[in-house]
Amino acid sequence: MNTPLRRVGMAMMVMIVLLLGNATWVQVINADEWRKNPYNRRVLLDEYARKRGLITVADGTVIADVKETTDRLRYLRTYNNGPAYAAVTGYLSVTYGTSGIERTENDLLNGSDDRLFTRRVSALITGRDPVGGNVQLTLNAKVQQTAYDQLVAKGFTGSVVAIKPDTGEILAMASTPSYDPNLLASHDAAEQQAAWKQLTAKANGNPLINRATQGLYPPGSTYKVVVAAAALADGKNKDSQYTAKGTINLPGTSNAPFPNFNGQPCGPGETASMETALAKSCNTAFGEMAAQVGKSKLTAQSNKFGFNDNDLEVPLAVETSTLGAIQDEAALYQSGIGQRDVRVTPLQNAMVAATIANNGKRMHPYLVSKILGPDLKPIDETEPDQIETAMSTANANVLRDMMVQSEINTGGEGRLSNVQVASKTGTAEHGENVAENKPHAWYIAFAPAQKPEIAIAVIVEDGGDRGLGATGGKVAAPIGRAVMNAYLAGR
Amino acid sequence: MGSPVPAGEGSPGASVATNTSPGLKAPTRRGTELVMLSFAAGLVTLALILVELNQERSLSLRILYLGLAYLGLFACAHLAVRRWAPYADPAILPCVALLNGLGLVVIHRIDLALEGTVFLDGSTWDPVAFKQVIWTGIGLLMFAATLKFLPDHRMLARFGYTFGLVGLVALLLPGVLPGFIAPTINGAKIWLRIGPLSLQPGEFAKILLMVFFAAFLVSKRDLFTVAGRRFLGMDLPRARDLGPLFAAWGVTVAVMVLQKDLGSSLLFFGIVLVLLYIATERAAWVVLGLGLFAGGAVIAWKLFTHVQQRVANWQDPIARYDVIGGGYQISQSLFGLATGGIGGAGLGAGRPEMIPEANTDFITAVIGEELGFVGFAALLLVYMVFALRGLRGAISVRDSFGKLLGGGLAFAVCFQVFIVVGGVTKLIPMTGITAPFLSYGGSSLLANYILVALLLRISAAARAPQRIAKPKPQQPAIADQHTVMVERPK
Repeated sequence: MNTPLRRVGMAMMVMIVLLLGNATWVQVINADEWRKNPYNRRVLLDEYARKRGLITVADGTVIADVKETTDRLRYLRTYNNGPAYAAVTGYLSVTYGTSGIERTENDLLNGSDDRLFTRRVSALITGRDPVGGNVQLTLNAKVQQTAYDQLVAKGFTGSVVAIKPDTGEILAMASTPSYDPNLLASHDAAEQQAAWKQLTAKANGNPLINRATQGLYPPGSTYKVVVAAAALADGKNKDSQYTAKGTINLPGTSNAPFPNFNGQPCGPGETASMETALAKSCNTAFGEMAAQVGKSKLTAQSNKFGFNDNDLEVPLAVETSTLGAIQDEAALYQSGIGQRDVRVTPLQNAMVAATIANNGKRMHPYLVSKILGPDLKPIDETEPDQIETAMSTANANVLRDMMVQSEINTGGEGRLSNVQVASKTGTAEHGENVAENKPHAWYIAFAPAQKPEIAIAVIVEDGGDRGLGATGGKVAAPIGRAVMNAYLAGR
Repeated sequence: MGSPVPAGEGSPGASVATNTSPGLKAPTRRGTELVMLSFAAGLVTLALILVELNQERSLSLRILYLGLAYLGLFACAHLAVRRWAPYADPAILPCVALLNGLGLVVIHRIDLALEGTVFLDGSTWDPVAFKQVIWTGIGLLMFAATLKFLPDHRMLARFGYTFGLVGLVALLLPGVLPGFIAPTINGAKIWLRIGPLSLQPGEFAKILLMVFFAAFLVSKRDLFTVAGRRFLGMDLPRARDLGPLFAAWGVTVAVMVLQKDLGSSLLFFGIVLVLLYIATERAAWVVLGLGLFAGGAVIAWKLFTHVQQRVANWQDPIARYDVIGGGYQISQSLFGLATGGIGGAGLGAGRPEMIPEANTDFITAVIGEELGFVGFAALLLVYMVFALRGLRGAISVRDSFGKLLGGGLAFAVCFQVFIVVGGVTKLIPMTGITAPFLSYGGSSLLANYILVALLLRISAAARAPQRIAKPKPQQPAIADQHTVMVERPK
């Protein structure tokens, strides 16, 4: 009987080995699949059990706070002035995950970041609960509030980005329509669900999208500064002459008109200077200019300003701005005035303005200025970082002076009385039917022109309150001026 | 194999000779047992301290008292072994103490987590750790009583048929009794409710039926070893000898149909199969049995929705996450195990309360979550040591009945662990069965303590010097088990 008993013993060992093998699979090799399953709320609950770090703006004002609760999730995330900052902070939701800074800085905020390791160890020893680190943003409360209020006051759908040119600090980043992240952070599942349903409903204009980094729009005439930069780099100057015709035919076509705004000629003569063409935003001249520069140089110049950069993070991921294929000369003409397939994010356009303002040196834009430990001691500070030199200082100054002329030529309200502004407007057509689609209104600018402290980009979708008659100068420029004024007046 | 002559009893030569040589006293190894018991008590106390710390409760001397009380309880068990089975295997009781202690800590831990929880029907969570402590005490009393009143395991063989009948009735009773006395809980009809007490007679039936089968097979083993036809290199049993196997199969199916208790029927059938195999040394029985099992499983799957549910939950728990009776439970178990990872969340620091039935069928998932793969593997190894030491007793004991019973009991423990842990970790479909000594539940604990007492009794008979066990030391040659069986009853 001992032989079968020994075999039974073997069978028993085999059973235990099978269990051990399967446990290795579930707990070690394949563990991540189960751990990260969306139904698995353990990891999330653990995060909620820790006191999450705060998000503050540059002056220390808390915009994302925590409140202790009595329910199962121990801490409730609360947002002060939520809608104004939602584009940046994003939301933290038990059901719907995270977005914005809440997502990109999640490890730090929830305390699992390696930079907090020593503090975690000491918390372990002292028996205190581990706490998340705090994030201090570069946002200027006043500028951000102005940007948001300006967009909301008239019910605009759009975005404002403001950058400090010499460092790349993002002073404001607003996107409308916005939302109240408090609703998604609620511990009441029904409230969360209702809010989510409403925010994702088609009719409500995608408030959860941060248009500043995720919205891709044709830049229209604001792109002309990039074309001008390429022409300057190509040896041209502000007095180089281009056609002044009110309308030309696109090359390679016999019957495809390429008109200036309202078909007006760009001055009395046959030709107009680059300076005049930029100030009056003449399409025919810039079509010709783009064609002269050529596709490769235009692409290279655009890339130096940040186009085609797939990896830009501020730390929010930024959609890639692109020129499109530009397959023939006609496309090059159209691209030269920021139409056809040219697409930019508001952040990209603000970066163009900031780069010109910073003597042609492109700084890496960033939102997080400091990372603080739970004890508010700084752990890490973001150093300004120059990505590349997009223009020579001399050319940047020429372009700046031309943009000053452009601002003088631009109408609209709210001109700054005592500060010189350099700017470019844009009125971008979009969609299949240009005659019926209301254009996007653009405004990029920096001030003071001689010693820039703030550069901005403003977009108002679909003509704002002016409908088909909207222009960048009428709709977007007043917002941009108010935002710059808020910063410059408050210095 | 295959000879119609009764197989000789292993090799009575060497070991028996040393045991019987006069003047050489075999060590009892009780000191070793005490040391290991103290180690187990230390581990369990440490586990309790961790739970209290992680649940942010104040540590007090109370824990020390609890640890000491636990040590005291098992010290009594140790004394009982010392007195009534001095030559018993020294590793089994410490393994059991560790498992039982860890079970108590985890049950207490789940009590803390669910404290104040209000369920859908308005009832609140009722702490059960204290009840389990009482059951442990009663279990150890039964353990001691079994050792005292059963000085020789062969006495059981005399009551083989009685045990068989009682066992069969106990097994099937909840299935046939009306609902008010045998309620359906969590889909299974395996409880008897007598006043405030709930009993699972199936747990005891398991042991009673094993005794019956061991006795029956020993007395009739010649019949089963008679060869029938040869087929594919195996000696098939004669058709008329298939009776017991078919009977067992029938009972298994009845348990499955009447009580919807898949785990118990699987366990029961596996035990019968292994007993048949040990008794006859014929692989043919195993093949036949597995064939019957496969057939039965397919038929059950076709006929019963609850079987289909379990299989579907096993195949893809996430897909059936939101279905009632679906994959929620097994998913939570896997989430817990995976989140615990290699090192575990720490005792008291995980979220095992998210798993339904965390303190009974899924208690091993709690240990996997909080102690990690490391703790989980250690737990499985403790079970393996426990079962293999039991089997070792069966291998070295001299009588056939002891071998069969010991082998069956040891296998039963291991197989039960396989069924429940395999179900919890999605190796096999979840069938709903308790983890021996860990899960909350009085019946399971009592039955398992009796099982341990029997294993200790058999191992004691194996290790005890022959002279002490038998008054006729001069005739080892005729100490043949069959002869013994016939001699003793008067």
